[in-house]
Amino acid sequence: MTAGVISLDAYRELQEAAGADFVDELVDTFLAEAPGMLAELRTARADGDAVRFRRAAHSLKSNGLTFGATAFAARARALEMDGLSGDARRDDGALDALETAFAEAAAALRELRGD
Amino acid sequence: MTEIVHRLLVADDNKVNRLLLARSLELQGHAVAMAEDGVAALERLQREPFDLLLLDITMPGLDGFQVLERMKADPALRDVPVIVTSSVEGMDSVVRCIELGAEDYLAKPVNAVLLRARIGSSLEKKRLRDQQKALVRRFATSEVAQDLERSGFALGGRRIEATVMFSDIRGFTALVEAQPPEATIELLNSYYALMFEAITSHGGVVNQMVGDGLMALFGAPLPLGDAPHAAVCAARDMMQLLALFNADRTAAGLAPVGIGIGIASGSVVAGYTGTQQRATYTCVGEAVNRAARLEEHTKVAKRPILVDGAVHARVGERIPLEAMGTAQFKGVSPTVAVYAVPVA
Repeated sequence: MTAGVISLDAYRELQEAAGADFVDELVDTFLAEAPGMLAELRTARADGDAVRFRRAAHSLKSNGLTFGATAFAARARALEMDGLSGDARRDDGALDALETAFAEAAAALRELRGD
Repeated sequence: MTEIVHRLLVADDNKVNRLLLARSLELQGHAVAMAEDGVAALERLQREPFDLLLLDITMPGLDGFQVLERMKADPALRDVPVIVTSSVEGMDSVVRCIELGAEDYLAKPVNAVLLRARIGSSLEKKRLRDQQKALVRRFATSEVAQDLERSGFALGGRRIEATVMFSDIRGFTALVEAQPPEATIELLNSYYALMFEAITSHGGVVNQMVGDGLMALFGAPLPLGDAPHAAVCAARDMMQLLALFNADRTAAGLAPVGIGIGIASGSVVAGYTGTQQRATYTCVGEAVNRAARLEEHTKVAKRPILVDGAVHARVGERIPLEAMGTAQFKGVSPTVAVYAVPVA
């Protein structure tokens, strides 16, 4: 597992609060839902829809924080705060980076779950 | 001990958040339903009763702010406590939620210990509000209680325009001494039944009864179109009913009863004060003092119904009143113009 992708403190706290089995299911839900939200970011950007863009970024940030995916959440937060910059190259770069961070977080979460 | 299971609704468009929050609440012993956006949440709330709503702010369709606004505008939903859960940053959104009537705010990810504490506190507040509503039903007429529920129940005072009436039995002490206690209680019960009838039929609310005296409000707790006129009509009805009451007493060989009524209109501070055991609708202000002094003044003026200038200004054209000059009352700073209402 990539060191530090998932904050183990946050993850354990979640397991303690909600139960390890439930967290496994919740990880599945996140892994199933997140690609749709990432795609929504791209679509909203293409449509120039700042409200939808922020909402999707907000959702991803929120879920990232829940699982302790700190770096991923920070990237999502930056997108939520900045919104659409109007600079296609910059936006695409930020979205690429977020997707990479998600891939890392997803791999780490799968590993934690014991896949 | 059987714990009461509370029904909670979680509204969040994000599936992970929704499932996690529902799970935390279920682990804390609550029954939980879920709604995936604001529209679904409102529909669910209108369909079935919930003890509490946990509401996300950022949602498509109706967001959390809009859900709060609609709930506040809906008498059936305005008392459902709402705890806003969100990871929206900055104080502005928290302040806006509280202003829109949210009970509390929890930042996401939600901490389980904080969640338990805030939910416990919100449910306790709701329990007290429900209890207060039940108390109102005990001391107000059912129409008034229902209207109160519709327009919202809150402890605390607010300034309103109202007409205040005081009424007392003349020579009551002598009457009490001249007859057995049972006869006094019977007299009061019959007397109050008639006075209540006259007052409530004109939209008034009797909010105090002390011995042989009563205080009634017109235009409070609920607005009344023509409160001064309603109060004067109620007073005249009271005199008519009293005449019938006295005819019965005379026929039974008993002494007739005389009453004095004082009515004043103006700005008062009215509101509910209470405890779990007892709640009272209280009303204070110059108009309350004037009405009480006018009632006492009926003995001096030798007229059964006296009103102040404010009442005269509102009813004088419809009911000719007799000008009685001005009077200086204890505890009432300016002199008061006194008018007598003719007894029909």
